Amino acid sequence: MEAIARLVAAEATPAELKNNAAAASAGYAYGLAAIGPGIGIGYLVGKSVEAMARQPEAAGMVRTTMFLGIAFTEALALIGFVVFILLKFA
Amino acid sequence: MTEHLSPLAMASQGLAPEVTVSKDIIRRGIIIAPVVMVIAGVIWGLTGAWSAGLGLAVVLMNFGLAAALISWAAPISLALMMGVSLFGYLLRLGLISVSVYLVRDVSWVSLPALGITIIVTHLGLLFWEMRFIAASLAFPGLRPNAQEYPSSSAAETP
Repeated sequence: MEAIARLVAAEATPAELKNNAAAASAGYAYGLAAIGPGIGIGYLVGKSVEAMARQPEAAGMVRTTMFLGIAFTEALALIGFVVFILLKFA
Repeated sequence: MTEHLSPLAMASQGLAPEVTVSKDIIRRGIIIAPVVMVIAGVIWGLTGAWSAGLGLAVVLMNFGLAAALISWAAPISLALMMGVSLFGYLLRLGLISVSVYLVRDVSWVSLPALGITIIVTHLGLLFWEMRFIAASLAFPGLRPNAQEYPSSSAAETP
């Protein structure tokens, strides 16, 4: 907040303010977008381990679906990452 | 008295199905690469075509690394597999970020083309593979090669 107050006090141009806001938003977008998939992958792998322990004979099937599940969950983080690069660098 | 054994102390032996799945995805990705590059080239020009190729390479590397990490950890222990899955996610996101950061100012890279290619090819290849996997799990008798997609493999204590 102090940094923002100093920016306003220094009378930053609208373009600078916009760039600063875009940089901050990009950081938030990437950070927040990575939290959900992190929780999701942890939950998914934990349940898969449970399933493999209960039914060892189905471990191959569980690992196949687990791998696909991880990849699908990760797509959310990739979307956040793309928003980040578009806001930050494009 | 039964001995209590933590699931995390177990290991998953047998074939590595994720390697087969990722090889399949990579093979399909290589097949569709020219099409993706042509489409991106039509939309964004030559820079778009090169960026689409780079984006596809990043996606395929991501799949390959994920499968390699899990197939390395699962036979050792399920606890290690859990750790590798989560830290692998962090590692792979970091690698993707670094790879894009390094090329952000290169003249032949179009960032919108790169970003959109990453999302579209990641999801597209996954849905394509999922259709095949779903069919092979639902109708195991129709699998062209039963060894390629095993319906089970033993999980054993180390």
